[in-house]
Amino acid sequence: MTDTQTNSNTATTKADWTSDQEVRWCPGCGDYSILTALQMLMPELGVEREKTVFISGIGCAARFPYYMNTYGVHSIHGRAPAVATGLALARPDLDVWVVGGDGDMLSIGGNHLIHALRRNINLNILLFNNQIYGLTKGQFSPTSEVGKITKSSPVGLISKPLNPLSVAIGSEATFVARTHDMDRNHMQDMFRRAHKHQGASFVEVLQNCNVFNDGAFAAITKKDVRADMLIDLHHGEPILFGAEKQFGVIANDGEVSIANVDEVGSDSILVHDETREDPSRAFALSRLSETPDTPTPVGVLRAVESEEYSTSLKSQIDGVIESQGSSDIGELLHSLPTWEV
Amino acid sequence: MTTFSILDVEIQEIEGGKTLFGDSLTTFPMAMVILDPYTLESSWILDTADRVLSHFQGADVRVAFVVAGSDPEGAASFLGPLSDRILTFVDKDKKLVKELSIKALPSFAVVRQDGSVLGSAEGWDPNEWRDLAGSLADMTSWSRPEIPSLDDPAAYKGTPARGNVNQVIPDDVELVEKVIIRFAGDSGDGMQLTGDRFTNASALAGNDLATLPEFPAEIRAPAGTLAGVSAFQVQISDHDITTPGDAPAVLVAMNPAALKSDLHLLVNGGTVIVNEDTFEERNLEKAGYKHNPLEEGGELDGYRVIKVPMTNLTKEACKDLGVKPRDADRSKNFFALGLVSWMYSRPVEPTFEWIDEKFAGKDLVVSANKAAFKAGHAFGETAELGDQRVAIKAAPLPSGTYTSITGNTALSWGLIAASHLSERPLFLGTYPITPASDILHELVKHKRHGVMTFQAEDEIAAIGSALGAAYGGHLGVTTTSGPGVALKSETLGLAVSLELPLILVDVQRGGPSTGLPTKTEASDLLLAMYGRHGEAPLPIVSASTPSDCFYAAIEAARIALTHRTPVILLTDGYLANSSEPWLLPDPSSLPEIPVVFTTEFNQTNEDGDGIFWPYMRNEDLARDWALPGTPELMHRIGGIEKEDGSGNISYDPENHGYMVDLRQERIQKVQVPDLEVDGDQDFELLVVGWGSTWGAIKGAVTRACKDGYKIGHVHLRHLNPLPSNLGELLSKATKVLVPEMNLGQLSKIIRAEYLIDAKSITKVKGVPFTAGELDQVLREALDD
Repeated sequence: MTDTQTNSNTATTKADWTSDQEVRWCPGCGDYSILTALQMLMPELGVEREKTVFISGIGCAARFPYYMNTYGVHSIHGRAPAVATGLALARPDLDVWVVGGDGDMLSIGGNHLIHALRRNINLNILLFNNQIYGLTKGQFSPTSEVGKITKSSPVGLISKPLNPLSVAIGSEATFVARTHDMDRNHMQDMFRRAHKHQGASFVEVLQNCNVFNDGAFAAITKKDVRADMLIDLHHGEPILFGAEKQFGVIANDGEVSIANVDEVGSDSILVHDETREDPSRAFALSRLSETPDTPTPVGVLRAVESEEYSTSLKSQIDGVIESQGSSDIGELLHSLPTWEV
Repeated sequence: MTTFSILDVEIQEIEGGKTLFGDSLTTFPMAMVILDPYTLESSWILDTADRVLSHFQGADVRVAFVVAGSDPEGAASFLGPLSDRILTFVDKDKKLVKELSIKALPSFAVVRQDGSVLGSAEGWDPNEWRDLAGSLADMTSWSRPEIPSLDDPAAYKGTPARGNVNQVIPDDVELVEKVIIRFAGDSGDGMQLTGDRFTNASALAGNDLATLPEFPAEIRAPAGTLAGVSAFQVQISDHDITTPGDAPAVLVAMNPAALKSDLHLLVNGGTVIVNEDTFEERNLEKAGYKHNPLEEGGELDGYRVIKVPMTNLTKEACKDLGVKPRDADRSKNFFALGLVSWMYSRPVEPTFEWIDEKFAGKDLVVSANKAAFKAGHAFGETAELGDQRVAIKAAPLPSGTYTSITGNTALSWGLIAASHLSERPLFLGTYPITPASDILHELVKHKRHGVMTFQAEDEIAAIGSALGAAYGGHLGVTTTSGPGVALKSETLGLAVSLELPLILVDVQRGGPSTGLPTKTEASDLLLAMYGRHGEAPLPIVSASTPSDCFYAAIEAARIALTHRTPVILLTDGYLANSSEPWLLPDPSSLPEIPVVFTTEFNQTNEDGDGIFWPYMRNEDLARDWALPGTPELMHRIGGIEKEDGSGNISYDPENHGYMVDLRQERIQKVQVPDLEVDGDQDFELLVVGWGSTWGAIKGAVTRACKDGYKIGHVHLRHLNPLPSNLGELLSKATKVLVPEMNLGQLSKIIRAEYLIDAKSITKVKGVPFTAGELDQVLREALDD
């Protein structure tokens, strides 16, 4: 009952990973640059197109699978992690990606996201966060900031937003990263790392919706402000940022905060350790910026090793078959007490 | 050509390895006393057997005990020091007993060196034993032992040697055709277990049977209250039966609440067995009695009342075992089981074996339960209940191997069988919900069959994961009950659009909302038919009996896999939990389910290059299915309307109209077998049923037809599409009745589809129809 097929491992190009479907995002949408970054990256990941599956829910971001020349399912709103979980368990030979937006994965599908992360299902989950509902034309999303004026909050949004990274870390995610749609190299670095990670990988991509929420991240991602506003995390290195690396992140009383290196001394600056088993530090880093107009960490916040679910599930099944032998219908039918007439 | 003989039977020495029986006959013949360690009858013979066998030690014969149906440890503990003195064999699977054709144990048997039997004496009949011992003495030129001696017990019959086979019915016991017994008690009293054990013992005795477990939704409703009453009704019979019976003849009431809630169900003049120890002030008050009905009030007038101090007798029986009185109290259901087992001459051995297995490692519990059972058994014997004792002969069922099965177990096995038959691994994505959870509990035990179970975070993820696994080529299944179906409906719609195989099992229960989680109902038919947005047709299959759930599951899988469609399989709480004897099918008779995958291009593009179109179809309109992993056939599918053939997104109005029609047509193309009419082929009245009403309809139609009523019965396994000969059958009838456990859902469909005046008979009370009430309705319909 195996479905594994042999495959010729010839080199591919971006064109090989691009489907024949017309891309239907609004001109100028941040989704284009994410799609391009991924299509350019795929040839170098050493995976076959037929072994790659993109699964999405509903929303602008969720059209993603149609544009990849791989296997793909455009499922229902919020449920992509659930559908992908079934596929990843049934077919551990496949490379399964989940793509969705902030409404899809944090609102209607929040439950599935946190459980896919908690179980450490072998999925690469890309959450395109644009802080707005685009496909339904401009209502606030679960990541929209307090006070935001939208079609469904004309006098200002009342509720507090979710922080996607905090949600992921709180859900026991083993790989958590953030990147943004203005930096292809950084996106590719994060996607590459996410793909390499065994288990559930969660990448938040700050993505610009130029129609309903234009410039939401401009204060931190525009080229001229990036150096001062993006805190680029690198494992094993001090967390420094600013044009002159004049700022750094320090820890105090369980929290982290930003300090002037000259004032606190370089020895006080935290050295980033993405492999810390305890998620508290990663969580603290995820809370560093409350809104996308203060310095914001990007990069890998957390990458810890933990057996992914389907390996454990398979080893349970294999263990039983090894100790008891496989079985057939005849044996099944006689597994309760029987009698002859 | 060699044939299997008694010489080839494998037996095991109590402190040694396995050996062929023939090998122990190489020097001498063998004289054996064969024992059943689970019966009093076999223990009563030990001293006599010891004396007789010891007498022949030294003669040219080997003497031995053979302990049947036990392992060496069990045999050693049964025989004690006797096994040190006399050679002891274990006949674990009773193969030796079978080859010797022994019907009852204990048994004294002598086998010659060539394997022929000199003779055997069954039970304890001193004359037969003396004759056989005499023949043995002659054969070995040895003296004759004294049989019987003064210390020997009085003659008695043995217990059945091989469970059901030729059950030994004592001469003084009246034979009855059938009996309906209802065990009722507090939900903490273990009534389900008691009923279940009694059912299993009856099955092993060869009876036909049907059961109706009824229990409250609360795990532990307040003890002693009416709300907390849990009951188990079983009908056992010497002939083919189809329902758990109309009104019980015997009610076992473990407390006042059970008596109060269930007495009205009993037939006039029926027997009430009560645990009189529980009829004290507090319990009476909780049950709403202002008096003690065992002493006054007259409620029990006209019934035969057997008052038994079960609690105290159980505590007494357990006293010397070192069991605390409080713990002993928990064994009182086994006392009741022992008593009823005696009254109905049920075999004891299966219950003891079950106790050993179930409570393995908890020696005190094992001994307490057995002691309580024995005390109940002995109570029947000694308390002059002799006139109450009856027996039910084995039913003349078709020959073959049987097992006792519930609907949920049969359904689980059907899914596993379908996985083998289709060579698709089984993936269950599910979320716990009564009364469907037992399917998960069963399937999770079958990892040997490669079964993958996934307890999801909610109902939606459950079906989502099953659909994901199905997309990957597994047999994707999700199991639930009504509220879960509501939550899954959006994903069902996606599966309709994706045209992927998926099975949704709906074990229906009382609704709406939480409704009656533990009670049965069949009110989800229209939900299954129409409960999705848009035009989203899918095939619906239903099961009619517990064992039929096995075949219904295979049928659902066949349709899903070959037609690339989600299928809803409807069962209900009654089928799920009730059990019946099932003649096991020959696995090779089960139809294979061929699943064809596409592995090559099925289309050419404008440039003349091969491409794959996911919505190309075969003659049944089933689409081409290429699994992820298939080189070159990468494609995308989704819930947005697509162009037929290419599968490309299409908002074209003509295309949508075409696809809507096509999705309807392809479900109508699912081939389902024609209906066969049961009852009178020359019917005036046609009864159309579906689901678990089969037993009650069948019983009612059979009764009425015997009295000359011209009634036919068709039962729908397939509810969508409907069998093609249904219309013709309906038009033949002058009257059509549709009994359903809902407000007339199938009758609505029949009226709409066939423009026929189908009359609805409804019962929506959380309990199934009885054959009696339907019988009356059918007769009235024709008497009008």
